[in-house]
Amino acid sequence: MDGLRRHKSMFLLPGLLTLFLIIIFPLLFTIRVSFSGWNVSNPQMDFIGGANYTAMLDDSRFWSSITRLTLLAGGTVLIQYLIGFGMALLVWREARGRRFWRVLFLVPMMTTPVVMAAIWQTIFHESLGPVNDLLEMLGLTKIPWLTESGPALFALMTVEVWQWTPFMFLLLLAGLLSLPKEPFMAAAIDGAGTWRTFWKVTFPLMAPVSVAAVIIRLIEASKLSDSVYVLTSGGPGSSTETPGYYLYIQGLRDQQTGYSGAMSLTYLVLMIVTLTVVAALLTRALKLKGDS
Amino acid sequence: MRSRPYPGLVAVAAAAALTATACTAQNEAQQKPKEKTALFKPGSDIGYQKYGKNYPATKVKDVPGSCSYESISRKDYSGQTLKIISHAVPVIGEPTQLHAKQFEEITGGKVEVVNVPFGELHQKILTPLQAGQPAYDVMFYPSLWIGDLAPYLAPVPEKYLNTTGMQDVTAAYMDVATWDGKVVQYPVDGDRHYLKIRADVLKDPKWQAQYKTATGKDLKVPTTWAEYQDIAEAFSGKDFDGDGKKNYGSAEVTKRDDLTFSAFISRAAPYVKNPDVKGGVFFDEETMKPLINTPGFVRALQDMVKAKSTWAPGGANFGLGDEIFSFGGGQTLMSYSWDDAFIQAQQPDSRIRNTVEAAPLPGSTEVYNRTTKSWDKKANQAAYFTWGWTSAVAKASSHQEMAFDYLCFFSNEANTALDLTIGRFGVNPYRISHFAPEFWEKQGWDKDVAKAYVDTLSGMEENPNRVFDLRVPGVNQYMSALANGVAAALAGQESPQRALDGVAGEWAKITNQIGKDKVRSAYRNVVALEDES
Repeated sequence: MDGLRRHKSMFLLPGLLTLFLIIIFPLLFTIRVSFSGWNVSNPQMDFIGGANYTAMLDDSRFWSSITRLTLLAGGTVLIQYLIGFGMALLVWREARGRRFWRVLFLVPMMTTPVVMAAIWQTIFHESLGPVNDLLEMLGLTKIPWLTESGPALFALMTVEVWQWTPFMFLLLLAGLLSLPKEPFMAAAIDGAGTWRTFWKVTFPLMAPVSVAAVIIRLIEASKLSDSVYVLTSGGPGSSTETPGYYLYIQGLRDQQTGYSGAMSLTYLVLMIVTLTVVAALLTRALKLKGDS
Repeated sequence: MRSRPYPGLVAVAAAAALTATACTAQNEAQQKPKEKTALFKPGSDIGYQKYGKNYPATKVKDVPGSCSYESISRKDYSGQTLKIISHAVPVIGEPTQLHAKQFEEITGGKVEVVNVPFGELHQKILTPLQAGQPAYDVMFYPSLWIGDLAPYLAPVPEKYLNTTGMQDVTAAYMDVATWDGKVVQYPVDGDRHYLKIRADVLKDPKWQAQYKTATGKDLKVPTTWAEYQDIAEAFSGKDFDGDGKKNYGSAEVTKRDDLTFSAFISRAAPYVKNPDVKGGVFFDEETMKPLINTPGFVRALQDMVKAKSTWAPGGANFGLGDEIFSFGGGQTLMSYSWDDAFIQAQQPDSRIRNTVEAAPLPGSTEVYNRTTKSWDKKANQAAYFTWGWTSAVAKASSHQEMAFDYLCFFSNEANTALDLTIGRFGVNPYRISHFAPEFWEKQGWDKDVAKAYVDTLSGMEENPNRVFDLRVPGVNQYMSALANGVAAALAGQESPQRALDGVAGEWAKITNQIGKDKVRSAYRNVVALEDES
């Protein structure tokens, strides 16, 4: 029996090895790099203690990017959730053309982020873009969508919401379709109206799926960088920089390998802690049972 | 039992080692090209049309010499492969590919070209070199990276330095290719910033009269940044060319990660480059204290922030491409940067062809003296030689002769003459012969346009008051910090002084990180270029 168990455990080896090669080893290597002075002009991994971490504490650009992303991700995920839930409810109840709407809603999500950002860059173009053309037709002033801090952040949020609301829609629709019919039948017999049924039956039943969907989207949003790269390149100034984009600049473009290693690890830890806390708070707020 | 296979293994290993040695020896022998019959006659007609319809029908004569089609086609490189890294198509990437194809056709050798976007080029070139891997034999890159790359580059052999094409390279561009007394970069392009204007507007009596009435000043090609601002403001938002669309005053490269630092240095040059003060404009050579937040630079940034009102919509995030199309496409009255926008305006299908003019960068009426810490009241203009594409051969390359032959072919007189006329190639005048107006007139340029263009460019060669790029190890870090400060001021996040104080702080950190002595030693090469010109 022991031999069989040992024999079976051998099947885990390829998986463990892969895990080590693609996750554990890079993580350990990054930890090592984060304590080194490795940069463009010094390719040596000489140990410099916590100097990179000390410098990072002083780097206002890094911390601003984290604050900005927190607001950006929190705001966009909330909007995505509200719209996605609305769309899912619409398709869930609407029988006619349901398949068509489902496919149509999913199109933005299927588009590559870089392509999508390039399209939106054209849409928001200050002199040639249709958004400003429309504003002009309505007698309003053109808005410098991508060259002023406020509008640029708004543009970035619009793109995020547009692309990722379908993901929310997909998950929430799957959740709605898996709900048991009995509570709804009971609510109908009790004479509950649409809103009451929604608040008392649908929403609570959907809570576990909602928490999962929100957490998955928050994890994804924390990596936001590709659309920033195409749409604003972090500008104007550094007003749309996210940690992902700033890490790209420091690590890949400016080749501050040691420093970017320190920032990556710090950001990773911050994200793990934040998302765990958010998940716990949501679970408690929605009175969910079990782990989520 | 165990001892038996051991000698066998040793024998196999020895045989493998001997085979490998033999192969290596064979490879080394292959480095030298064999001789074959020339595929071209001396002075043959050379044109690019067979490579695609988007190449001009222009034909030029092959110029005799060791880099000519005739000479290179005598060499047989079959069996050898040359690896090249270059910028993405089209800028320098397209001519790299085109000449690689031609080189393959006439020498029988194989040439593999890897084109990478600008943002990845530095890393993709430097990382393998630092690791001691000859990933590429030939590299095309911006010449200001010389401070990072020089230790890994093979000096250009004497026989290539003695070619007619190389002898014709201007003194400034030979200097750009030289590091610690050795020519380590192979000149293939000459870049500088200069002013570009819509001459049809600035020289139109109707507009001159209107401008005089409105401002009390004469409308002429601006010679100071203050005049540039006045004119740009006066024409911004007007349809000055009657096409029913609004035009704008100035187009500048302002996108943070897209060469904004060069635009800023152009604006700063006349305020910071004092012909009476030696020792460089970016650092105090003795202490290596950054000078980037001194009053001259601050004044330039204030000017640039003020210029925002004269930019086309989106102008606060213009990359080089936007600047090229804004001026080259006729949207903007003036711009300043590399040749590209001017060449774009002069393309045969351009609606503003021959209505544009080139002029030296605007100057100032006073220049900061960092020795006396005061402003010297005098008219000042400074020429800015800003990077330019260059090429080099890796010291670790095992195909050095083939590599240098490729570069010598790339930049032979016939190829360069054709490349200069294709704006998107990014190849601009860098030889004395390129400053002949007749060459440009043959391309359909008006006599005045051609003359103003060559006078502007050659005038920079003769100007003793010159600024060069920083060209020290870690130059990208320095310029990234500068671009970030400039962008922060343009976005209104910080005042110009505060933004540049931040840049100075960053520069000091970068210098300490790289090593003060190492940066100083490299910076002396830049100072020598400026002070000994």
